[in-house]
Amino acid sequence: MWSFANPNKFMRVSGALLPWIAGIAVLLAVWGLYQAIYVVPPDFKQGDGARIMFVHVPAAAMSIIVYFIMCLCAVFALIWRHPVAYLSAKAAAPIGAAFTLLALVTGAIWGKPMWGAWWVWDARLTSELILFFFYIGYIALWDAFDDTDKAATATSYFCLVGSVFAFLAKYSVDLWDTLHQSSSMTIGTIATEEKLANEFKTPLLIMIAAFYLYFLTLWLIRVRSEIRLRRIQAIRQAAVIE
Amino acid sequence: MPFLALIRRDLAIAFRTGGGGALGVAFFVIAATLVPFGVGPLPELLSRIAPGMLWIAALLSCLLTLDRLFQADVEDGSMDVLALSPVPLELVVLAKCIAHWLTTGLPLLLAAPVMALTLRMPEVSYPAMIASLALGTPALSLIGAIGAALTAGMRRGGVLTAVLVLPLYVPTLILGALAVNASAMDLPAAPYLMLSGAITLAALPLAPFVAAAALRLAIR
Repeated sequence: MWSFANPNKFMRVSGALLPWIAGIAVLLAVWGLYQAIYVVPPDFKQGDGARIMFVHVPAAAMSIIVYFIMCLCAVFALIWRHPVAYLSAKAAAPIGAAFTLLALVTGAIWGKPMWGAWWVWDARLTSELILFFFYIGYIALWDAFDDTDKAATATSYFCLVGSVFAFLAKYSVDLWDTLHQSSSMTIGTIATEEKLANEFKTPLLIMIAAFYLYFLTLWLIRVRSEIRLRRIQAIRQAAVIE
Repeated sequence: MPFLALIRRDLAIAFRTGGGGALGVAFFVIAATLVPFGVGPLPELLSRIAPGMLWIAALLSCLLTLDRLFQADVEDGSMDVLALSPVPLELVVLAKCIAHWLTTGLPLLLAAPVMALTLRMPEVSYPAMIASLALGTPALSLIGAIGAALTAGMRRGGVLTAVLVLPLYVPTLILGALAVNASAMDLPAAPYLMLSGAITLAALPLAPFVAAAALRLAIR
């Protein structure tokens, strides 16, 4: 695993993997959306409105997962001071913020007909909103430093402090009993405990996989451009010194 | 005791240059006074929202004084001297947090009952309000130190500090306001007070380490 920390090797391997990951992401998204829109029957209570679930749930899941990925990168960056680690965290932040915003917006669109309100101050929604503020703060902190190494370290500390709230966002529905339903999908539970019918579950899992690979595609592209940017800066500095 | 000397130094600076906690309290009073102008002077409405408004005013007055926590020392080089001294930087941060709380959090405990009176807060919730502020505001100083340290070396860190710190203040604010609201409805406030205290106790050992690590960046 450590050999991938070498930027040259990272560029080579990620460049080779990128088209495959992107291709599979597109295929899964097309298949999942076709299933979600045409194959899955309308929900017993919510009718066709429940179909927004196939975008909302993966986006919400990614919003939290991306933050944890950033925390992992932050730990690597703080311990080993490796450029690929902190550039990965930096590259993931805007994608995570976009997923969080998507989850909030689709949630609002889903909430209006089902709950009768665009927004409720419920534990899940509120913690997701705060998570969004953390993404914004993280991005703003990166921009505020001139020195990349300082920015990398400071943002890593901030990211780890914010992980408390990522945990809150993850477990808020189980900790507090509020309007937003609790997590209805568990992998590997027996059929009687299952709250989500299998005909909904399969397309949802496909969509989550598609979102994962979509994130991976964007992430790799962004990390690659960050590495290239660093190289350009190094070349420019060398040119100035000469 | 260098630790106590540090607290005394910061208190002396606060009293000789910034009027001690007076400005923070003045801000708190003015912010609480704005509430009736904004929502109207209906007593029922005011007494209902008074706990939350007092907590928000306290939080903002704490936030506004955060930029003085490290910035001045980083700018004039005192922080370099403190970092070179035998006292660990974590303890320096803790001393500064204590001094900050003594000049912003503590005076609020005295000003809050007066403002609660003008906002028609129910009499039964005064003890809960004082207790919630006493337990919660130290957490505001400690958590705020993280944000202040992250932005200490910047020329215009003020707004950024607010963006970084305000989300972290949310649990303290929710629990503090819940404690007062619970007591206003004759429910036990103790569970919320204990959780408020738990945040302060958790921040007490953890926040100085993060803030000190961030400060080392600012003076590097």
